[in-house]
Amino acid sequence: MTAIDAGPAVAGRARTRKGRQLAPLWMLLPAAAVLVPLFVYPIYQLGLLSVLDFRQAQVSGGQPTRFVGLDNYAELMSAPKFWSVLWATVLFAAGCVVVTLAVGAALAVLLTKVSRWAGYALSLAAMAAWAAPAMTGSTVWMFLFDTNLGLVNRVLGWEGHNWTYQRFSAFALVGAVVVWHSFPFVMVTLYAGIKALPEQVLEAAQLDGAGPWRSFWSVTVPMLRPVIAIVVIQSIIWDFKIFTQIYVMTNGGGIAGQNLTLNVYAYQQAFASSEYGLGSAIGVVMMLILLAVTLVYLRMLRRSGEPL
Amino acid sequence: MSRRLFPNAVALIVALVVAFPIYWMVLSALKPAGEIQSASPVPWTLHPTLSSFQRVLQVNDFGRYFINSLIVALAVVALSGLVAFLAAVALTRFRFRFRTTLLVLFLIAQMVPIEALTIPLFFLVRDLGALNTLFSLILVHFAFTLPLAVWMLRGFVAAIPDEIEEAAQLDGASRWQILWRILFPLVAPGLAATSVFSFITAWNDFLFARTFIISATENQTLPMALLVFFKPDENDWGGIMAASVLMTVPVLIFFLLVQRRLVSGLAGAVKD
Repeated sequence: MTAIDAGPAVAGRARTRKGRQLAPLWMLLPAAAVLVPLFVYPIYQLGLLSVLDFRQAQVSGGQPTRFVGLDNYAELMSAPKFWSVLWATVLFAAGCVVVTLAVGAALAVLLTKVSRWAGYALSLAAMAAWAAPAMTGSTVWMFLFDTNLGLVNRVLGWEGHNWTYQRFSAFALVGAVVVWHSFPFVMVTLYAGIKALPEQVLEAAQLDGAGPWRSFWSVTVPMLRPVIAIVVIQSIIWDFKIFTQIYVMTNGGGIAGQNLTLNVYAYQQAFASSEYGLGSAIGVVMMLILLAVTLVYLRMLRRSGEPL
Repeated sequence: MSRRLFPNAVALIVALVVAFPIYWMVLSALKPAGEIQSASPVPWTLHPTLSSFQRVLQVNDFGRYFINSLIVALAVVALSGLVAFLAAVALTRFRFRFRTTLLVLFLIAQMVPIEALTIPLFFLVRDLGALNTLFSLILVHFAFTLPLAVWMLRGFVAAIPDEIEEAAQLDGASRWQILWRILFPLVAPGLAATSVFSFITAWNDFLFARTFIISATENQTLPMALLVFFKPDENDWGGIMAASVLMTVPVLIFFLLVQRRLVSGLAGAVKD
């Protein structure tokens, strides 16, 4: 009886094992079917376009597409405009990241010290700012800082003052909106991290005579390192890619392009000047910078020993 | 109590400052035109009116853009939730070669500056003949929201004990039944969290709407349609604020509803 039964049972088990091996494949298939043509292929295309002479004439088919090697990159590197935009992007992103982290961290600590109702009020306000779309955040702040009808100018008595006229104040205004949108993520994440810390450790530090300042820097911060790493990397990635706020608030990159960042610059080169090859080269530069940031992040993840 | 007086006061002031732009937006949307133009603006209004909303909805056909945005966002939420669920189960419930590689690729994909892909995607959509359609927007956001959705859902799937599946299997449930009747309802809270992110990404998109919807203005979505109120001579701030309120409210509601899950989903996504 056992001998007769063994056949189908073994065959059945073999079939399930095979099914078990194939199952993840078809479950991943839909994702692959979307990501390969709409993610992987465009990345390849971006690289390809960046080494082509590709302008309006090539788009319409009037002229053949020509391989130009690294000419687009050489043209970029030799243009002072590119370097000034690159610097502006890095400084703008760095400024936004630093202020976002400082504000978010300070408020996360503040949240641990307030009464329930005050914490609730602050969280609610932060959630509203967090949820507000980039577009509407931009329009509201533009209205607040409007030259003639803006509340800020009215209160300050600066009627007629245009905040986007100067390079620095335009960047500062956009930066303020970016920080307003992104500090809640930092605040909420860090607050959750602080709350998850074992209380005994902080009590022990207190018993050992550490003041609040000392125990914050010597106990809380080191223990929060993984969470801090996440908010830092996320902020860098987000702030480096800001598009909507800059585009809308400075009307496409500011007067004479003084408020361009790499993102907006690539867009303008491609779609306003029909320099698709050049725009793609800028895109590749951006991609490489963010890839470097991502690799640093992955190394930190690996080092912290989290299993994938 | 007195020890908390100072922190409480600071928190309250910060909350007021942070919430002020939102308050000003709603207030300005409700103010009559005369008060918006007034030389001494006050932070309240005694004559609230819906005339700005009326103008926006009737004259500028904002309802249509609202529906367009809603179609795109909901389609993206449904598609990316479904496909991400399958991928997340595959990546957590099975051990196979390249599993870790795939996971890392999903993580890297989240960092890719999608803005840089506007140029190749524009040509791709043009070659598909999909320029000027809502379909083009659904397609790109489907792809862009997928990596984060997979990454976030993974944590929720992993949290479901294996025993539940094993028990179902012993009871004779097929793999298909286990997937849809057992796992799917159990990760529903996780799907709620990921869907907020997908919804917001699609709802907020300005860049791709600007690039793909060139001439068919009737297929425009909210962020681009908002720009209509910006005029070279004088901006219609009442209209802009009313339109901004209409655009913000759905996200705000969605966000507050799933706020708790959102934070836990994020924590799960960033933790492992």
